[in-house]
Amino acid sequence: MVLPGIAAAVDALMRADGGRLLAHLVGAVRDFQLAEDSLQDALESALHHWSRNGLPRSPPAWVMQTARRKAIDRLRRSASFRAKSAEIAHLIDLDAHAADWTEPEPIADERLKLIFTCCQPAIDRKTAVALTLRSVCGLKTEEVADAFLDAEPAMAQRLVRARHKIAKAGITYEVPGPEHWPARLESVLAVLYLMFNEGYASSDARYIRADLCDEAIRLARLLIDLCPAEAEPEGLLALMLLHHARRAGRLGADGGFLPLDSQDRSLWDRAEIADGVRLLEHALRRGRPGPYQLQAAIVAIHAEAPSFIETDWREIVLIYDVLIERDNNSVYRLNRAVALSFAETAAAALPLLDPLEESLGGYQPFHAAKADLLARAGRQEEARQAYTQAITLAAAPAERDFLRVKRDLI
Amino acid sequence: MKYMALIYIDPSRMTPPDSPEFGKMMSGYREANETYQRDGVYVSGDALQAASTATTIRVRDGRTESMDGPFTETKEQLAGFYILDCASLDDAIRYAALIPGAAHGAVEIRPIMVFDR
Repeated sequence: MVLPGIAAAVDALMRADGGRLLAHLVGAVRDFQLAEDSLQDALESALHHWSRNGLPRSPPAWVMQTARRKAIDRLRRSASFRAKSAEIAHLIDLDAHAADWTEPEPIADERLKLIFTCCQPAIDRKTAVALTLRSVCGLKTEEVADAFLDAEPAMAQRLVRARHKIAKAGITYEVPGPEHWPARLESVLAVLYLMFNEGYASSDARYIRADLCDEAIRLARLLIDLCPAEAEPEGLLALMLLHHARRAGRLGADGGFLPLDSQDRSLWDRAEIADGVRLLEHALRRGRPGPYQLQAAIVAIHAEAPSFIETDWREIVLIYDVLIERDNNSVYRLNRAVALSFAETAAAALPLLDPLEESLGGYQPFHAAKADLLARAGRQEEARQAYTQAITLAAAPAERDFLRVKRDLI
Repeated sequence: MKYMALIYIDPSRMTPPDSPEFGKMMSGYREANETYQRDGVYVSGDALQAASTATTIRVRDGRTESMDGPFTETKEQLAGFYILDCASLDDAIRYAALIPGAAHGAVEIRPIMVFDR
């Protein structure tokens, strides 16, 4: 029999230590799927043992040791038993000389390996987010499935396929060397930001998926602890905190989405904004501004502006100039045009949108921004058409409602 | 660990041998080959004749049926390959990115299966 208190304790253990345990196990068994399966076996076993005998002195150490033994069992049972004898010997050796696995340094290293493995650029982005949530954050498969509004079996399959690819495609379980470091770190940051956005700009705008935002923030903090010399993880965390600080102002009383100009700024979390700004300043002092720091700088200007009108739009345009110089990305150019429309006039900004039509024609915010500029420039009929186009492209009901209201107000 | 890099190119975008770009492309392959040799990752690699020269066979009920042309109907066709022996997927990606065909076509990287005894 499993006592409910014990089930809760096992869940809490996984949330707190799941990533560390799994990282250490993958390091020990050198096989992602085997580590995952053995950890599951150990947790199953923990539920029953602990219900009978109470919690052990150190639950994580108990789970770690049990998982290692479960891995030996699984290897012994496997068809290629003889081929695995070296692995089994290695594990038995580890078990005999089990180091105190709570040593902070090597563990930090193991977790970093785990993050880099899950966020390998050769793994599809959505899968990387899912795998990171499952493996590093210790979310259950059903929770990961929920986060993506997917069915659990489909998500379980996706995770198994990913671990299979890690095993078979030569995705190394290590912190990448200097030659691969920048590209791999970029991929890790992209995965974390995607995780955050999945929560923040959730396709169901009725609620912000706080759990995903919190996980992304938690992971970014962990990454900063693990890579203290890097500026961009700090930039990313600052960016996420500065967005996150404004979450209470983003949804109206009816649950609808509120744009920046109609948000109640008194609802913004000043302490979190201060945190974000402090972190961003720390990052910028390193003198290596990257895209996350620059985007955070823009969000910081918004977060610190007393009102929409009093926002320093000139400065925002200048930061977009720097971003565009590094990466001529159409979304940056769209945002720059919008900032310019407030720094100067809507009529001055409109011609900047024409060259973006081709690349952003299927992007809802492009048409919404264009509609707004047209309306402000006094071109009502065209503005209505642009809103209609945006409404057709909007994914979330709350977004559609918001755009309809804007269109009817013209 | 051995990887096969399969080079897929849209035939309409192949560089004609009498064009000025042809020499540039060939020197790109030469540089890639030199890098592979120098770093000791090269196992083999070749270009293939055009897909129009391909014959596809199927053996059904003991009878060999042959068909003119390639198996797939995709726009990009298999134009060549490398087999590279690399330490990790990261390395394989880095080396495969040197293949000039990757700049306009696509290179698929597949680990070569190793059978346990």
